[in-house]
Amino acid sequence: MKEIVIISGKGGTGKTSITASFAALSKNAVLADCDVDAADLHLLLAPSEQESHPFFSGHIACIDEQKCSACGTCQSLCRYDAIVAHEGKYAVVASSCEGCNVCVTFCPEQAIDFPERRCGEWYRSITRCGPMIHARLDIGAENSGKLVSLVRQQAHELAQQQQCDLVLIDGPPGIGCPVIAATTGTDAVFIITEPTCSGKHDLLRVLELTRHFDIPAYICVNKWDINPSMTKEIQDSARENGAQVIGTVPYDSHITKAQIAGKTIVEYGDSIAAISIKQIWQNFCAAIEI
Amino acid sequence: MLTLKDIGFNNMKLAIASGKGGTGKTTLSVALAQASTAAVQLLDCDVEEPNGHIFIKPEFTSHEQVGIAIPELDEALCTNCGKCGEICQFSAIVTIADKTMIFGDMCHSCGGCILVCPQKALHEQEKVIGSIDSACACGRNSNIEFIKGTLDIGQAMAPPVIRAVKKKIRPDMLTIIDCPPGTSCPMITAVTGSDFVILVTEPTPFGLHDLILAVETMRSMALPFGVVVNRAGSGDNRVSDYCSAENIPLLLQIADDRRVANAYSRGEGLLEAMPELAQQLRALIDKITSDVDTSTKGEQ
Repeated sequence: MKEIVIISGKGGTGKTSITASFAALSKNAVLADCDVDAADLHLLLAPSEQESHPFFSGHIACIDEQKCSACGTCQSLCRYDAIVAHEGKYAVVASSCEGCNVCVTFCPEQAIDFPERRCGEWYRSITRCGPMIHARLDIGAENSGKLVSLVRQQAHELAQQQQCDLVLIDGPPGIGCPVIAATTGTDAVFIITEPTCSGKHDLLRVLELTRHFDIPAYICVNKWDINPSMTKEIQDSARENGAQVIGTVPYDSHITKAQIAGKTIVEYGDSIAAISIKQIWQNFCAAIEI
Repeated sequence: MLTLKDIGFNNMKLAIASGKGGTGKTTLSVALAQASTAAVQLLDCDVEEPNGHIFIKPEFTSHEQVGIAIPELDEALCTNCGKCGEICQFSAIVTIADKTMIFGDMCHSCGGCILVCPQKALHEQEKVIGSIDSACACGRNSNIEFIKGTLDIGQAMAPPVIRAVKKKIRPDMLTIIDCPPGTSCPMITAVTGSDFVILVTEPTPFGLHDLILAVETMRSMALPFGVVVNRAGSGDNRVSDYCSAENIPLLLQIADDRRVANAYSRGEGLLEAMPELAQQLRALIDKITSDVDTSTKGEQ
């Protein structure tokens, strides 16, 4: 079984549109939406939910007003500015609390509870393109990296159970905690970028990350015809940085139209984008031997 | 009505955010800073993938490292009692049998292990995770102070770098904060403390879905916000329908225009492609400033 993750560095370059198309083109894959901050894959694949599970991660501090003597120890020890004083009372700002346990341990009145924290939900679903694991991080919740790891682990187990030979992961933007959680230990990283200065800048940072974790990288330039010379520049510097260039997708307004229709572009007629994505999928399968 | 701006004083903290990536946060942040007639700070808080400098083209005059404090162990004093590992919630310090080990990449710098160690065998040392570059008098009108935060490759935690960039906020100036995408800790760290948040989206199903998440985040943080639709006309009306149903101010629609896409690909901003927008962007800053000013007075 192989695990493939689709990332981009820069947001909005077409990760989800490509992942959904690959899902439609693959025969025996489990799909995993690891962009848990802003998960969109379900908008194209319309999963029917089989199971949902709460995601608990870490703890959160809760001050018991009755026991609090308003000494301010918690506020002075907190490194995250998560404790605020208001009219002689202290309270925890949930979105800032990292659940570090310091205020709980050092409160002289033992007035701070430390319950487990619900950070979101994850789902096991069925789609027309195969089984799917996806998740939703609660508003303002922390630990998206841990939820990403959980989604990957569940997808991996499901693929083993159902004897699927591929796990296709829709990754998050950026290069930080969620991206590291989505990429480490995968068999290949498929990077979709765009022919812009920003796209190039962010691609080089992502390639530095894939080299850091020693994962083979394949790149594809979306909307290549917006700037053909930048496309070439990006492909050249991707090769210099050890990535394999796997194709280009032209600018095509059908991609937005397909999205509005709730379909992947490869299920939405023979547009120029669909034709090139089908070719890219063939090239990619050959390159990674699936 | 006389606004703070009319008397030459606008110290609003204006954050530009979105749930979905690639909707135009940086494009709008840069254009607002360039359109401003007054002095403005532009903070690039998208530290995982900072892009503002591509358009501003600053000559950085200062570079500083951003570190977080992680524990260091004096093994001669350590009795391997394990109290540090008990308080640590991040598995960043562990005692196994007669050895205590520190895993710096897991550490959230809460300081708990140091406080709890009965032997005072732990002290903090700085670990570099990113950097800040600054430049003065940038942009065509030399009115922009540009500050860029960068997370080092392989580092997981963006919030400490974002907090360090935000420490540079001046109290006497308009500050525009270009935020990271998403709705989790990096985005929340970037928008915290701002006077108003502009959520940039595009008129598509993905754009609307992620906008709703961002709106829920703003409401849970009780931050005032409005919406700017970028690439208007490329999709459908679902975003504007949602905004009117939810009573969310639709501040501006920027038309989908190949001129903008081509200019952007070359590292040129919105105002280079559509100079006619400058007037509207100035009006937008004035309107938000006056609304923020009115609501602050209302609270007092």
